[in-house]
Amino acid sequence: MDIVIEYITAIFLLIGGVFALIGSLGLVRLPDFFLRLHGPTKATTLGVGGTIMASLVYFSWSEHTLHLHEILITLFLFISAPVSAHMLAKAAMHRELKYREDTRGKPWKQ
Amino acid sequence: MLETVIAIAFGLFVVAQLLNLYRLLRGPSLPDRVLALDTMYVNSIALIVLYGLSSGSKLYFEAAMLIALIGFVSTVAVAKYMTRGDIIE
Amino acid sequence: MIRKLYPFPTLSVFLLLMWLLLSGFSAGHLVLGMVLATVLPLGTLPFWPNVPRLRNFHKLVLFVLMVHWDIVVANLSVARRILGSPKNLRPAFVEVPLDIKDDFAITLLTSTVSLTPGTVSADISADASRMLVHALHVEDEAVLVSQIKQRYERRLKEIFEC
Repeated sequence: MDIVIEYITAIFLLIGGVFALIGSLGLVRLPDFFLRLHGPTKATTLGVGGTIMASLVYFSWSEHTLHLHEILITLFLFISAPVSAHMLAKAAMHRELKYREDTRGKPWKQ
Repeated sequence: MLETVIAIAFGLFVVAQLLNLYRLLRGPSLPDRVLALDTMYVNSIALIVLYGLSSGSKLYFEAAMLIALIGFVSTVAVAKYMTRGDIIE
Repeated sequence: MIRKLYPFPTLSVFLLLMWLLLSGFSAGHLVLGMVLATVLPLGTLPFWPNVPRLRNFHKLVLFVLMVHWDIVVANLSVARRILGSPKNLRPAFVEVPLDIKDDFAITLLTSTVSLTPGTVSADISADASRMLVHALHVEDEAVLVSQIKQRYERRLKEIFEC
């Protein structure tokens, strides 16, 4: 049983780390602000969520009680990430940041 | 085995943090920097949780929770300031 | 009477669960949690402009599960696009007309859109009739719009009365 829990924890940790890294890679690599917004809102949130799930599995097992504290952090992150992305996108449109020329459609005037 | 995996996860998150730091320093615009800072606080939550895992202590969750709350509020405040504050309404 | 004491039953249950999650389950915390679940909705009653009526609880649960699945799928596709060459991306600003009127349902819709398929909600028009979405990669705008409307908006409309 121990080994199964260890494997589950390890898989969650690795998935979390890889997604967080991909999110930050997107932040560095992508050419304009609106594109960069996509990396952190999705990949990083899932990455941190994965890490927190790993800790949930591990502590629930090592303490023999369901350890649901962590779910609150994940829940809060999933509620807050879209809101801050939305606010930042509004701020960027207000400042009329440049976007890639082949972007179709137009941002709204703020 | 779990120690090795935790070390690898630490490595992945630290590299991610360095990439965020690069974007924070490089800019070029203010929203870019705020976005980088936002990503950094989210990643630091993961780092704290990882540290809690590696030391086997649950005490750090409260700290992670506080960072989540304060980070979100400050990002929203700065974003609001960028949309409304720098122009006389 | 009960209706007056608990204006938002779902919120009260949610608060009680939150409290028990945060402080661990014991008889004392159950009582304290129940007191908070009664007092907090009553105290914040004036802050709620218009109250969404939850019509269909099991559909909400199904919706949450579906969104979680979509988040995982969306992340895989976003990861592929981030790792691929940025030149192949076809970003677009897309306007989505909104049918739902309720503020809370619109908030849920924008959050869902931001967390899922390579799209970030960027703005809501002042009269809440249109939503501006920025997409990382979109082949056909019409497909994206109908996907958002069919997959998420229609379900939210069923969950809330609006």
